[in-house]
Amino acid sequence: MGADLVALLPEALLFLGGMVTLVGGSFTPRTRQWRMSLVAAAAATASLVAGLVAWAGDPRTAFSGTFTVDGSTGAARVAVTVSLLLILLIASGEVRDHPRESETYSLLLLGGAGALLLAGCTDLALLVVAFLLSSIPLYGLVGIMARPDSPEAALKTYLFGALFGIQLMLGAVLLYGLAGRAGYSALGAELAGAPAAAVSAGGLLVLIGLLFKAGGVPGHFWVPDATQGASVTAAAFLTTVPKIGALVAITRLVAVLPGEVRWATVLGVLAVASMTIGNLAALAQNDVRRLLGWSTVSQVGYLLAAAAVTRLSDQGQPALLFFLAGYALTNLAAFAVAAAEPDRRSLEQWAGFATTRPGLTAALVVALLGLVGTPPTAVFVGKLTTMGATWDAGLAWLAVAVALNTVVSLFYYLRWIRAALRPAAQLGEGVGTGDGGRGARTAALVAAAATIVMGLAAGPLWLILD
Amino acid sequence: MLSVLVFLPLAVAAVLVHPRVGDALARATFVAVSAVEVALAALAWASYETPEAGALAHEERAPWIPGVGSSYHVGVDGLSLPLVVMTTLVFLACAVFARREQHRPRLQAALFLFLEAVCLGLFVSADLILFFVFFDLSIVAMYFSISGWGHANAARSALKFFLYTFLGSLALLLGFVGLYVASDPHTFDMVELAAHPPLQGHGVAGGLVLAALLLGLAVKTPTFPFHTWLPPAHSDAPAIGSAVLAGVLLKMGTYGFVRIAMPMLPDAWRAWAWVVIAVGIVSVLWGALVAFAQTDLKRMIAYTSVNHMGYVVLAVGAAGVLGDGADDARRVAITGAVTQMVSHGLLTAALFLLAGSMFDRTGNYDLDAYGGLAGTAPRYATLFTVAAFGSLGLPAFSGFIAEFQILAGSIATVPVTAVRARDPHHGGLVPACAAAGVHRTDHRPLGGVHRRHAAGVGAGRPAAHGVGVHRSAAAHAARRDRARCRRTCRPRGAVSRRDGC
Repeated sequence: MGADLVALLPEALLFLGGMVTLVGGSFTPRTRQWRMSLVAAAAATASLVAGLVAWAGDPRTAFSGTFTVDGSTGAARVAVTVSLLLILLIASGEVRDHPRESETYSLLLLGGAGALLLAGCTDLALLVVAFLLSSIPLYGLVGIMARPDSPEAALKTYLFGALFGIQLMLGAVLLYGLAGRAGYSALGAELAGAPAAAVSAGGLLVLIGLLFKAGGVPGHFWVPDATQGASVTAAAFLTTVPKIGALVAITRLVAVLPGEVRWATVLGVLAVASMTIGNLAALAQNDVRRLLGWSTVSQVGYLLAAAAVTRLSDQGQPALLFFLAGYALTNLAAFAVAAAEPDRRSLEQWAGFATTRPGLTAALVVALLGLVGTPPTAVFVGKLTTMGATWDAGLAWLAVAVALNTVVSLFYYLRWIRAALRPAAQLGEGVGTGDGGRGARTAALVAAAATIVMGLAAGPLWLILD
Repeated sequence: MLSVLVFLPLAVAAVLVHPRVGDALARATFVAVSAVEVALAALAWASYETPEAGALAHEERAPWIPGVGSSYHVGVDGLSLPLVVMTTLVFLACAVFARREQHRPRLQAALFLFLEAVCLGLFVSADLILFFVFFDLSIVAMYFSISGWGHANAARSALKFFLYTFLGSLALLLGFVGLYVASDPHTFDMVELAAHPPLQGHGVAGGLVLAALLLGLAVKTPTFPFHTWLPPAHSDAPAIGSAVLAGVLLKMGTYGFVRIAMPMLPDAWRAWAWVVIAVGIVSVLWGALVAFAQTDLKRMIAYTSVNHMGYVVLAVGAAGVLGDGADDARRVAITGAVTQMVSHGLLTAALFLLAGSMFDRTGNYDLDAYGGLAGTAPRYATLFTVAAFGSLGLPAFSGFIAEFQILAGSIATVPVTAVRARDPHHGGLVPACAAAGVHRTDHRPLGGVHRRHAAGVGAGRPAAHGVGVHRSAAAHAARRDRARCRRTCRPRGAVSRRDGC
């Protein structure tokens, strides 16, 4: 029991940090709430360190095999905690002295703990718990800042969350009923003899439930509304951290379902749907946050392409983990730039950005070109290895779909770059003067630089993941 | 050695980004570093020892992403070294040209040094992923060059350029992944892939991978029908952007044909060589004919680029038809292709820089406006004539050697191309078209009868320098006034005394 708790130390630290910020915030003066951000950052750092230590150790399971600590869990822990640290930096300007400041920090940490639980769980019952633990803080985060659009976004997120949560539970119950076991280790063998149609239905329902967390088709409807309506802090969080947990959970699930080629094809089709729908919808957007929201839907498509072939190709798993970490950094860099300029919402308002903020413009260009997959950034290596893995697994059409969709995505990322490079005088309109704070600017520069470093240092990182 | 060559400009560019570097220092640094690069390239050439077949000289290799069979692997051979030297020369010329740049010179110097590093990196790459990294970065850098320092519809043209060539680069990436997956063990190393070509005997798969590679390279080259991004990109780019785009970036496409597509998919290349030849011939004819119809100097040079790159494509296609048999003709065709690349790089860069210096003084590229320039600007006219005749392929110029070899190689291989051998002077109908195009380039601006504007060009020069804003309407109007003045009351000396013009 004690050893099991130690195995879950990174998750426990995040959870504990969330509790301390929540309670501590109630006993901190209204103007001194920023202290809680330090507590939250300390908790995330401690969790990061604990995660690294556990990663260096041997793979193991905890709590009767319901939770697995292995390379995937380790990578997810590092990605989630580093993302949380960046999000706390982004949040520092936006939620500072807001009436809900410490609650926001608390929800971020709790949501992170839920995502980590999702990434490590190898049991259907724990999967349901992890899904709820990572979803409920999300609903709160989307609505907590009480902006004009946020109640609608929160309600939409909640209703879709409830709907997809029910599907996930239904699927889990179905699989449990067929196998008589909830643990993944026994699931595969037991399901092999079960009726194939029922197994497919159960697996598909769980998968679709997880796609809500990942923000991929068909569970994507809430993503653009939530990114547009919620605070940038919440938007950055919900497009990054839950995806890490959900995608690792998806690979763990399909790894035990019988019929590897069939599931790879199903995931591949969902991947193509996600990247295509996300891209086509993003083309028409004018609000940069909504644009980023749709862009994350398409990015999930690329990630799913890697997730589809984790069983069929040796490269699939490292490709997915590398891509996830690279995507998280790149996406956060883009959101951090948006957070640093809170008054620039529509593309026209970005005119003159290059002259007033050259450093941030560079970060924005790196982030957006990084999302396209321009070398030598991290997403490039992720996409490249994903294409290699899918082709290697015999799904060359998936690699072609990734390439074609990348071309489409170029259109809307370039629109933003072009808007940011345009001189302000040309349009003669007032430029946003809002300041998102030093924290957001720092986060943007750090994350953008990190994407390049990660791409250049892909070799050693790959060896760790492989 | 090669790493220094590649990363020196990159490091200097990183320093120049810093806002505390002054403009004058930045300009001087740009020239100095470009000169050092030329020296380094010359050194690489001087110490070059012909490697064994399939190997590279000045080779350097370090693991980069060993998990996916990609390494930092650079080296040069007889194919890439001339292109490396040509690249450094073009950039030196651009650096000298850019000494008069008034618009954000520091950032421009940084961007072009970055671009130089990228271009050199591409030509020395011996790993497909490394090649792709540089290939894509060249697109990004050129995009910023056009959108940041271009004129007229620069933003739009830059976007078109980016979308088009990025599409091509993704097709190329797909082809690379295809090569990687088909190789055993999986590798991205060019030398290994050329030594053990994958997909031998897999007709359909080899054909598809080749199609992806050809699409990617054809967009970059560009060949008909993927050339439509080139004229707007050129006409709206700054002069040194055009020079680098035409002189160096276009070579990346044709270099890819010779370096990647041909040796790594020899079977498929042989099977589909006729398509390459057809595309090459159409590009040659199309480029020449459309160039003939242009009135914009830069657009005309751009179309002659399509024409010249068509020759290169034709040559590599012809080399594919030969197969292993007629080795001599094959070698002649390939040598011709490489000579043409280098020759075209130098000549077109020269033409674009000359066109750019004309633009700086007059604010437009309209050929009709420049008649009679030879009288007022004899040195300019001489330089322009040299470059244009070189581009035409007259004997004693590099273009002649290149085109002679290409035609000798391809006519020996594909008798059909002999149809073009009507004009014995130039080897065929095709160069005759080119001749017509360049003929026009020569005559309109330099020998025509529009004395009025020519005088304006000559006289406007110091004024444009002094004001420092070449495109300002006031300066333009002043020049025109002065020109009218000159025309009505000659001699010149009398004018200035009497009217104060």
